[in-house]
Amino acid sequence: MTASATHRAIDAVWRIESAKIIAGVARMVRDVGVAEELAQDALVAALEHWPATGIPDNPGAWLMATAKRRAIDRLRHRKLLERKHEELGHEMELAQEMAVTDFDTAIDDDIGDDLLRLIFTACHPVLSAEARVALTLRLLGGLTTDEIARAFLVPEPTIAQRIVRAKRTLAEARVPYVVPRGDELAPRLGSVLEVLYLVFNEGYAATGGGDWMRPSLCDDALRLGRVLAELAPDEPEVHGLVALMEIHASRTGARAGPGGEPILLLEQNRARWNHLQIQRGLAALARSEALGGALGPYALQAAIAACHARAHTPEETDWPRIAALYDALAALAPSPVVELNRAVALAMAFGPAVGLELVDSLLEEPSLARYHLLPSVRGDFLFRLGRLGEARAEFERAASLTRNERERALLQTRAGRCGDVDAG
Amino acid sequence: MRFMMLMIPRGYEDAAPGTMPDADAVAAMMKYNEALQKAGVLLALDGLHPPSMGARVSFATGKPTVRDGPFPEAKEVLGGYWMIDVKSKAEAVEWASRCPASKNEIIEVRQVQEFSEFPADVQEAASGFKEMQAAPRRGTAS
Repeated sequence: MTASATHRAIDAVWRIESAKIIAGVARMVRDVGVAEELAQDALVAALEHWPATGIPDNPGAWLMATAKRRAIDRLRHRKLLERKHEELGHEMELAQEMAVTDFDTAIDDDIGDDLLRLIFTACHPVLSAEARVALTLRLLGGLTTDEIARAFLVPEPTIAQRIVRAKRTLAEARVPYVVPRGDELAPRLGSVLEVLYLVFNEGYAATGGGDWMRPSLCDDALRLGRVLAELAPDEPEVHGLVALMEIHASRTGARAGPGGEPILLLEQNRARWNHLQIQRGLAALARSEALGGALGPYALQAAIAACHARAHTPEETDWPRIAALYDALAALAPSPVVELNRAVALAMAFGPAVGLELVDSLLEEPSLARYHLLPSVRGDFLFRLGRLGEARAEFERAASLTRNERERALLQTRAGRCGDVDAG
Repeated sequence: MRFMMLMIPRGYEDAAPGTMPDADAVAAMMKYNEALQKAGVLLALDGLHPPSMGARVSFATGKPTVRDGPFPEAKEVLGGYWMIDVKSKAEAVEWASRCPASKNEIIEVRQVQEFSEFPADVQEAASGFKEMQAAPRRGTAS
């Protein structure tokens, strides 16, 4: 193997193993920042040794053993400095730790728990959402700071700073390295799912963009979601979120035209949807529902997405069911954006006049004042009611509010179409 | 990026109809599949019956000609596949390297062509995009 091929292989091993190593070491040192440094040290050792010795048969176990050995050195060193008596017991645990590390099969089950601890720690509510996102992608997604920066269109030092501060915050808050239990679990899980969905949406919004790093955030979120579904198989909302992400991602190939212009859901070529991915999404949704999670916010959104995914043509869409699911979502997690979506579903199920009535009730909503989809949806209802002059004004207003150039072009086209119809 | 790991077991080209892998091999493979699943990279996988149970449809004459298996001319045939979603070819190769395969087996790693990689004209031909642009379909109230 050439040196560059070895480096590529080490890079691949790192992608696969880094989260597990950080998670395992963090249990020993009780600090994810320190754990990441030690894991990085192990990576550096691999980069030094493997080009000469070749890649070991079990590279993951090699990295884990190296990182844990360094963790023990570090703890011993600190103990010598601090002469803390109580750490002696902890060191006995560490010795046992080393003994099992040699049997890579034995650590397999522990690793699952460690990974779960790492996910909950990286997504701890003591951190801001953007800090949680950056830390999760770094520690669990195996992304470099530079990759995260490119994906979120911010300068690399900003992300590096964000990660450093997040680690410091966790250490200062003495966040315990445990999986939350009891009453604590639901809100903490919500915090984890929120992070994954934020990452997914960041990528989804960028589909068709020039830089592949952004759309690939969808894959990162999906991968982490699937990992979480394996680690927490009894949590219905985890499967609900995976279902939601799989079904949305299944439309990636149909969401943009050759020039990158967005294509609306009902106008997409459904043959270009990824049907294998839809099947995975529907299976995850079924799992969530079987666990009694049909009414969770992610499962409800997944069920709505599934209504679209199951329809072979737009005309087959079960709009009354979608409207009912939005009713449930609005009752569970009321928000103006959910109301707006509910209005669309009602209009499709029962006619544009019904939708318009609900949308009109949102016109005074301050949080939607600059939201382009409100005039866009309202314009659509007015268009279908034949009120073309009003529709054109709404499309033009929506075009002036959107920050996405391609969306603006689409809205201007729709505004123009109102004019055409007027003239004709 | 999606990759297919194509399993090519030497000798499978002559395998009798109904040939099945032995229990030990299956157990080892299940563990491997589980590792793929836990890592969140596994999208799909299947094993294939031997070619002696299949057929080949060739188009040498411009018209389809059907021939039942086995196919004496085939040197390498598929025994199954995994579809995985990973960051790089190196990562796919690393996963393939971890497969508990037998000495007679080869795994070919191939990247899946994504729609977005096609040039614009191919995308258009594949999607019926123009017709859809000309007659945008709005959902109708019912």
